[in-house]
Amino acid sequence: MAEAQTIPVGSTTSGQIAVAAESTVATRMSAPPSFDVADFPVPHGREEEWRFTPLERLRGLHDGSAVATGDGMKVEIEAPEGVTVETVGREDARVGRAGTPVDRVAAQAYSAFEKATVVTVPKETVLTEPIRIAVHGEGGTAFGQQIIELGAFAEAVVVIDHTGDAVLAGNVDYLLGDGAKLTVVSVQDWDDKAVHVAQHNALVGRDASFKSVVVTFGGDVVRLHPRVTYAGTGGEAELYGLYFTDAGQHQEHRLLVTHNTPHCKSNVAYKGALQGDAAHAVWIGDVLIEAKAEGTDTYEMNRNLVLTDGARVDSVPNLEIETGEIVGAGHASATGRFDDEQLFYLMARGIPEYEARRLVVRGFFAELVQQIGVADIEERLLSKIEEELEASVA
Amino acid sequence: MATLEIRDLHVTVEADNATKEILKGVDLTVKQGETHAIMGPNGSGKSTLAYSLAGHPKYTITEGTVLLDGEDVLEMTVDERARAGLFLAMQYPVEIPGVSVSNFLRSSATAIRGEAPKLRTWVKEVKETMEQLHMDPSFAERNVNEGFSGGEKKRHEILQLELLKPKIAILDETDSGLDVDALRIVSEGVNRVRETGAVGTLLITHYTRILRYIKPDHVHVFADGRIAESGGPELADKLENEGYEAYVKGGASA
Repeated sequence: MAEAQTIPVGSTTSGQIAVAAESTVATRMSAPPSFDVADFPVPHGREEEWRFTPLERLRGLHDGSAVATGDGMKVEIEAPEGVTVETVGREDARVGRAGTPVDRVAAQAYSAFEKATVVTVPKETVLTEPIRIAVHGEGGTAFGQQIIELGAFAEAVVVIDHTGDAVLAGNVDYLLGDGAKLTVVSVQDWDDKAVHVAQHNALVGRDASFKSVVVTFGGDVVRLHPRVTYAGTGGEAELYGLYFTDAGQHQEHRLLVTHNTPHCKSNVAYKGALQGDAAHAVWIGDVLIEAKAEGTDTYEMNRNLVLTDGARVDSVPNLEIETGEIVGAGHASATGRFDDEQLFYLMARGIPEYEARRLVVRGFFAELVQQIGVADIEERLLSKIEEELEASVA
Repeated sequence: MATLEIRDLHVTVEADNATKEILKGVDLTVKQGETHAIMGPNGSGKSTLAYSLAGHPKYTITEGTVLLDGEDVLEMTVDERARAGLFLAMQYPVEIPGVSVSNFLRSSATAIRGEAPKLRTWVKEVKETMEQLHMDPSFAERNVNEGFSGGEKKRHEILQLELLKPKIAILDETDSGLDVDALRIVSEGVNRVRETGAVGTLLITHYTRILRYIKPDHVHVFADGRIAESGGPELADKLENEGYEAYVKGGASA
């Protein structure tokens, strides 16, 4: 059921893969979930959930020393007709309903934000245009809470774009009513110095479909924690991710799907390319199938393509199953170097090296990009991938 | 007229922390319009010759020269060699996930021809060539070599040969692993290219079987990293009857 492999990476690259042996979803967190930052000790870096993260580069988000600047962060929301956008206080019933902070930074964000933004698509409203949320950092530090709520049988696409320079701890909650369909594309296209830590909680209603596409290109440190739970039977979650980790960047994606109701599906597929010295990508893929979640069907996959020497990947898939009455469960992780034989084959057909690399990397991501289903985002991603590759050649 | 001149070619490879000489002074001249069969036992260095000419990084040239129309091939990168007119049909073509055959062929033709082929004539050209090789049109939408059968891989190599029209074509054991029907189809493709008179062919093979379909002008026996004997087509008949034993050290076959 489990497959984990390392394609030989040669003696000079540090690309590697680690597979968790005994650590389990329930025990790997050092404190139970809480909305209060005081319930979490300041991490020192050896905790299971922090051991890959460069704490010294979090600009104080983890130890209470980061203070909101009040400005230096712009959020613009473009919502089609029929969608409501409001700001609410912590006491609003929707705030925190999708999930509870599981680490100190998420709790810090929850404890420190001033107003939460709630975007609501009323029941049975089917949007033809995406909701666009542009988060642009202008050097500030911010704590945020966004909630996207879809009523029963509503359908929407939400694009959340992160650009500029910022220190941001911002949680995002997705509440899906029964039969609702939500696609969320979260693009982290930050400038080089940005630090972004966030927990994404999705609560998937009965027969609802949630599709999350996480795209991380920029930033100094990006650490995202997408999580899914189900509010009823028949729910589906597809979690896709693409990342392109450059020299010096730390990009960490920690996923947890909790199958807590029967007959739900989940499919996780994350792919990353790395290039340059000290490029570090971390992927943690946890799936928990609780005893009552009979009929679960789940698969998670992580693939990494190491383009140059000096990059590092930590990929840790973990599947915890408390019932045997399931349709299927599996995971796979593989990290490989750029294949010199592929390069030779293409070049032997006259294709210059740069163009050959571009073809291979585009091919590596293509299958995943096609899953997004939002044409302008697909185009943008492909051209962004090309841009990244061009930068590496220059 | 295009000419490939190989002079005193010595090639080494790193294996098990040791440097091993595989080619020990190869001399060969292939002219446009000619077909040379290179035959030899396993491990004699036939494939090393093919990959060294194409520029595979695994092989180190320690001595000798390779000239294509007087240009130094050994100074060229792999893609430059291809654009100069060298083509290697590989014995084990690699899979390239996510890259479709049609995208690959067009990228390659664009590189070799120096400009993107005109879409309408290109589509027709590819379609007709595929038909001649008995390839289903759906083939163009599959990823390069991904899930191809042995026969499909070889047809795909010959499809490229026909489309790219090189000056010198090196066919590395194109016949291996093919059944009789596939061998005939692939050979017909090679012959279509040969009949143009525009290509010099270096046909590397272990077996004489393919020579029933592709008639060589010259036959060379390769043994222990060099050409041990050269002759006309009659040399192939001799090998057919007697095997390689006479060319293997001590008479024992490897």
